[in-house]
Amino acid sequence: MSVLTERESSMEIERKRSGSWWKKMKNNRTLLLMCVPAVAFFIVFAYLPMPGLYLAFIKYNYSDGIFHSPFVGFENFRFLVMTGDLWKLTFNTVAYNLAFILLGNVLQITVAVLLNEMRGKWFKKVSQTLMFLPHFISAVLIGLIAYNILSYDYGLLNGILQSLGMEPLKVYSTPNAWPFIIVLTYLWQSTGYGSIVYFAAIMGLDNEIVEAAEIDGANAFQRIRHIVLPWLKPTFIILLLFSLGGILKGNFGLIYNLVGANNTALYATTDIIETYVFRSLMTNFNFSLGSAVSLYQSLFGFVIVLTANWLVRKLSPENSLF
Amino acid sequence: MGVMDEKMQSTRKTTDRSSLVIRGISYICIGGFALCCLLPFLLVLGTSFTSEAAVKKFGFNFWPREFSTFAYKIVLENPAQILGSYAVTLGITIVGTAVGLLIVAMTGYALQRPDFLFRNKISFFIYFTTLFSGGLVPFYLLVTQYLHLKDNYLAVLLPGLLSPFLIIMMKSFVSSIPHAITESAKIDGAGDFTIFVKLILPMTTPALATIGLFIALGYWNEWYNSMLFLSADMQYRPLQLYLYNVVTKADAIRNSAAASNVPLSDVPIETMKMAIAVVATGPVILFYPFVQRYFIKGITVGAVKG
Repeated sequence: MSVLTERESSMEIERKRSGSWWKKMKNNRTLLLMCVPAVAFFIVFAYLPMPGLYLAFIKYNYSDGIFHSPFVGFENFRFLVMTGDLWKLTFNTVAYNLAFILLGNVLQITVAVLLNEMRGKWFKKVSQTLMFLPHFISAVLIGLIAYNILSYDYGLLNGILQSLGMEPLKVYSTPNAWPFIIVLTYLWQSTGYGSIVYFAAIMGLDNEIVEAAEIDGANAFQRIRHIVLPWLKPTFIILLLFSLGGILKGNFGLIYNLVGANNTALYATTDIIETYVFRSLMTNFNFSLGSAVSLYQSLFGFVIVLTANWLVRKLSPENSLF
Repeated sequence: MGVMDEKMQSTRKTTDRSSLVIRGISYICIGGFALCCLLPFLLVLGTSFTSEAAVKKFGFNFWPREFSTFAYKIVLENPAQILGSYAVTLGITIVGTAVGLLIVAMTGYALQRPDFLFRNKISFFIYFTTLFSGGLVPFYLLVTQYLHLKDNYLAVLLPGLLSPFLIIMMKSFVSSIPHAITESAKIDGAGDFTIFVKLILPMTTPALATIGLFIALGYWNEWYNSMLFLSADMQYRPLQLYLYNVVTKADAIRNSAAASNVPLSDVPIETMKMAIAVVATGPVILFYPFVQRYFIKGITVGAVKG
């Protein structure tokens, strides 16, 4: 738009002053227009909310709105630290993510290596399809499946326990059971699909190396231990660093649907940053506290990603993000 | 059958003892894990075909102790609710996937053109949104108070259109096409958009299928924005929100059964949850083995390239 009017008004001057810039603009006009929808999308849904983090520094009330609610400085953060909430949320979020990342990658590598050892094509295909299945269903259905197994009255688990003559378990009011349930469910859902990356990496392994090792008398365990696993190491490190970059971002869908919306008895072990922010918005209407936690999460997350990327760039420059 | 197949397929001599041991281990472990992935679905399916009385007595089980299609009968007797939800989800998925795919493809193509002056600036502008975000509260206030999209399907449709991840994926797909093709078309006088539509799009159909399926799956399983922005008393909610309401609130089930002539106390709450889950999810699960190769392609390109 502005390019056109400029052309009409002062074409000559523009050409003299920055002729090459104007020409470049003209050459890139179509490509630029092709990016406009995406740029507009990110402006609206990603950049416009950012200034809203100002909420973290006020005591928001509905009648005064964002601009007239009283400014309180760091009071919200002080409150979060004093109550111990911030520490608890950080600990839970980071601990869950560490378990997801470490156990997840170990299992994914195991599955990929074992799949590579299988020869029956049909069996391999069917089991791969089945292992991917949990990745394609919604978090809501995952919550329902967990309820099927764990429900006190009708759950499969208690059915089995009772048929063995044991006492039924009250899983939904036992906080200490949930870290295991959440991590197991995560592994159930993501191992199959996540193993694809490692499986693809193994496919890239030069067959001649493997054959040479076999001629030299290496058995299958030595082959895996000394050829396949070292071959996967760079992929593992890159994926590990990238996921560590997101260590403050919790898996809201999984935890919210497993635990349920208002199961306060389980908060001690299941409350993560995302669930806290969600609750502050939808149930407690404390917009300022929620925003304070979000700002904390975004800032620290930012620093962690930069660190992770710096490490990736040191180890393998072609994989670094920027 | 295993041994015969193995001999025919294996090109190397892998019949030493250790190979056979590890092969045995893989069949047991992989087979066992695959079974674990399948069983929970059978649990939901089995329960949905059990009579409510048997569920109350024996609990959920894989195999119906007392076979019954009562839950399905109630769900399908007044199909308006579930069909409406299907229509909403299908509509959002189709429109969102078409629009989102077009935007992702255009942007991905433009951003990998080496002669595009602003490629680095715009790439960073998009990528930065994964590094820093305003969080949920400002996002919610923006959509409800400034865009006024509360109880509007657009609140579900718009935020799901694209993501930096998909644009990066498209970029790395397109970058496998030699830039010389674009260049020679330019010399012949073709405009950038013509090149994109007539040359690049036909050459990237597998990539488009992959990205389209990612977007479509996102919409089909969408429940988060629906839960945030659509209220539970909306008549036709997207499928997953409907399922969520049914799973978490017994009232929601009684409401959906109210139209049929079943007394409230006889409404099979537990089995109806499962029946609705089967009706809402079944078609996708049956459809997905046919398209899973596209998802495999997506994660191998996306994960390694960032």
